[in-house]
Amino acid sequence: MHKLFILVAQRLALGLLTLFVVSLIIFLGVEMLPGDLAQAILGQAATEETIAAMRERLGLNLPAHIRYLQWLGGIVQGDFGTSLANDREISELIGVRLANTLFLAIVAAAISIPIALTLGILAALYRNSWYDRTVNVVTLSFVSTPEFFVSYILILFLSVKMQAWLPGFHFPSLSNVSWDDTFLERLYAVFLPALTLTLVVIAQMMRMTRAAIINLLASPYIEMANLKGLSRRRIILKHALPNAWAPIITVVVLNLAYLIVGVVIVEVVFVYPGLGRLIVDAVRTRDIPVVQACSLIFAATYILLNLTADVMSIVTNPRLLHPR
Amino acid sequence: MSTEANQTPDQGDFVSGTWAKRRQDAMRELGKAPWTAKFGLLVIFVYVFVALFAPLISPYKESQVIGPEYLDIGQAFYVEEEGKIEPLFSDEEIAEAREDGKEISHLVLGTDNLGRDMLTRLFYGARNTIGIAFLTTVLAFVLGGLGGMLAAALGGWTDQILSRIVDVLMAIPQLIFALLLLTIFGTSIPILIIIIAVLDSTRVFRLARAVSMNVVVLDFVEAAKLRGEGMGWITMREVLPNIMPPLAAEFGLRFCFVFLLISALSFLGLGIQPPTADWGSMVRDNATLITFGIPTPLIPAGAIALLTIGVNFVVDWFLQKTSGLRDDL
Repeated sequence: MHKLFILVAQRLALGLLTLFVVSLIIFLGVEMLPGDLAQAILGQAATEETIAAMRERLGLNLPAHIRYLQWLGGIVQGDFGTSLANDREISELIGVRLANTLFLAIVAAAISIPIALTLGILAALYRNSWYDRTVNVVTLSFVSTPEFFVSYILILFLSVKMQAWLPGFHFPSLSNVSWDDTFLERLYAVFLPALTLTLVVIAQMMRMTRAAIINLLASPYIEMANLKGLSRRRIILKHALPNAWAPIITVVVLNLAYLIVGVVIVEVVFVYPGLGRLIVDAVRTRDIPVVQACSLIFAATYILLNLTADVMSIVTNPRLLHPR
Repeated sequence: MSTEANQTPDQGDFVSGTWAKRRQDAMRELGKAPWTAKFGLLVIFVYVFVALFAPLISPYKESQVIGPEYLDIGQAFYVEEEGKIEPLFSDEEIAEAREDGKEISHLVLGTDNLGRDMLTRLFYGARNTIGIAFLTTVLAFVLGGLGGMLAAALGGWTDQILSRIVDVLMAIPQLIFALLLLTIFGTSIPILIIIIAVLDSTRVFRLARAVSMNVVVLDFVEAAKLRGEGMGWITMREVLPNIMPPLAAEFGLRFCFVFLLISALSFLGLGIQPPTADWGSMVRDNATLITFGIPTPLIPAGAIALLTIGVNFVVDWFLQKTSGLRDDL
C-alpha cells in the first residue's frame, strides 16, 4: 500500500505542477502581444495619453511577475478580474455558465456511458461478426464527423421536421435554460445538445472499450480458461471484465475530458448559455481577461480529469494493489 | 518493427527497376481491400480532383454575387446579364420567360447568405479548406517528426527538454489553446496555420519519438554513427525510412484532426475569414436556413464529414496491413 500511496502522491504533485505551468502559459501568452494589452484594446488610433490611462487602469505599469501573482492570487479567491467588453465581474459571468456547461456534460455522460460500455462489450464478445463490423464502420464514421454536422441533422429532423410529423411536439433547437425551470424542463431544453454530444462521444468510448477487452482476451489466463472449455460469455463476464475495469474507467474519464471541450461547438450551435459560448464570444471581441479565465477553467478541468484517469488506473491495477 | 526485414526485397525491386511489378502488387493489394477502403480512396480522389481544378469546374467566380440570397436547391433561373441571374419562382414565370425566348437553367445548390453560388463556393471551399489543412499537417509533421527523431537520436537533455515542453502543451485542450492563441495573435491564415501546426506537432512528436526509440538502438544506426555520419544523415537516411509506415498512417489521422479543428474554428467564425470560401464558415453563414427546414447548411458540413470518414477508412485499412495491429490474434 505504501508504494501505491507514493505513486499517487507523485501523480498529484505532477498534476499540480502542470496546472501551475499552464496558468503561467495562459497569463504570459498575452505578454507576447505586439505592443501591449492597452494598445490592443484601444487600437492604432489611440493617443499616448489614453493608452497611458488605460495602462494605469489595467495595472500594466507593474512588472509581469507581480501582475501574475496578483492574477493567480485573485483566482484562488474566486476573483477573475473584470471583463473588458462590459466591465462586469468575470466571476459573475462564469458562475451560472459553468453550472450550465456541467449540467449539459453530465446529462450527456449519463446517457452515453452505459450505452457505450454495453455496445463495446458486445462488440468484443461477438468479435468479427456482422454486428462487430457494422458497429466498427458506424462508430468510425461518427468519430470523424464534426459536431456541428450531427447537431444540424438532429435539428433538421428532431426539431423542424418533427413539427410536421407530430404536431404540437418538437425538441427546441435553441436551448435556453434558466435555473428557475424544473429539472424536467431543463432536461427537455438540453435534449438535442446532449444527444449530439452523446453520439460523438459514444463512438470513441465504445471503440476504446472494445479494444481494452480484446487486448485482455489475448492474455494467457484467458487462453487457459478457453482451454478448460468455459463458454465465451462466462470467460468475458467472469474472467475478463473484472480485470478490464481499470482500462474502462480510464476510457470513461478520458471521454469526460473530451466532453468538457466538445461542448464549445455544441453550445454555439444551440445557443446554450454555457462556458463554451462565453469563451467564443470573448475571443471574437478579444476580451482577453475573459478568454484567460475560461481557458484556465477548461484546462484545469481537463488536467484534473486526466489526473483522475491516471490515479484510477494506478489504484485499480491489481499488480500494484498486491505488491510482491 | 519488422520494417528492416521488409526493406531489402522492396529495395531490390526498386533497384532492378521492376516498377510494373510493384504497381501490379499495389493493384492486387487494392483489389483485396475491404469496400470501406475502396470507398475512402474514391472519396479522397474526387476531393483532390475538385480541389485542384476548382476554377475550371466552377460555374462562377469564388466570391461573385450572382443573384438574390438564399435561393433554394434546384432553383430555376435565366441569365439576365453576364454573371447575374434572375430567379423564376412559379411555373407561370417559367412559362412566361420561355415565351420570351430566354434559356432556363437550374442552380444545383442554390445561393448562400450573400447571393453567391453554393456549388462554386463548395468547389473553392474544397481547395481552401483541404489546402490549408494539408499544409498545416505537413508543417506539423516536419516540426514534430524532426523533433521526435532528434529527441530519440540525441537522448539526454535534448530529449528531456523537448518531451517536457510537449507534455505541457498537451495538457491544455487543443481547441481551447487554439482559441487563446488566436485571441492573442489575431485571426489570419498564416497565423492559423502556424498555431495549429505547432499544437498538433506535439502528437506527431510523441509518436515519432516512440517509434524512433526502437530504431536508434539497432546495429545499423550504431554502424552509421561509427562511420562518422552526422545527425542529419542518421535521422534522414537511417531512422526516417524505418519509421515511415506508422508515420504515414498517423499523417492520415492527423490530417483529419487538423481538418476538423480548422473547420470547427471557421464555424465559430475564428478560422478562415471571408471572403475566402471555406466549408466551416459556409455552415455558419447559412445555419439559419435549417430552422426553415432547408438542408443547405448540411451540404458543406456533410462534405467535411465525408472526407474525414473516407480518410479514416483508408487509414484503418492501412494500419491493418502494415502493423498487423489487428485484434484477431
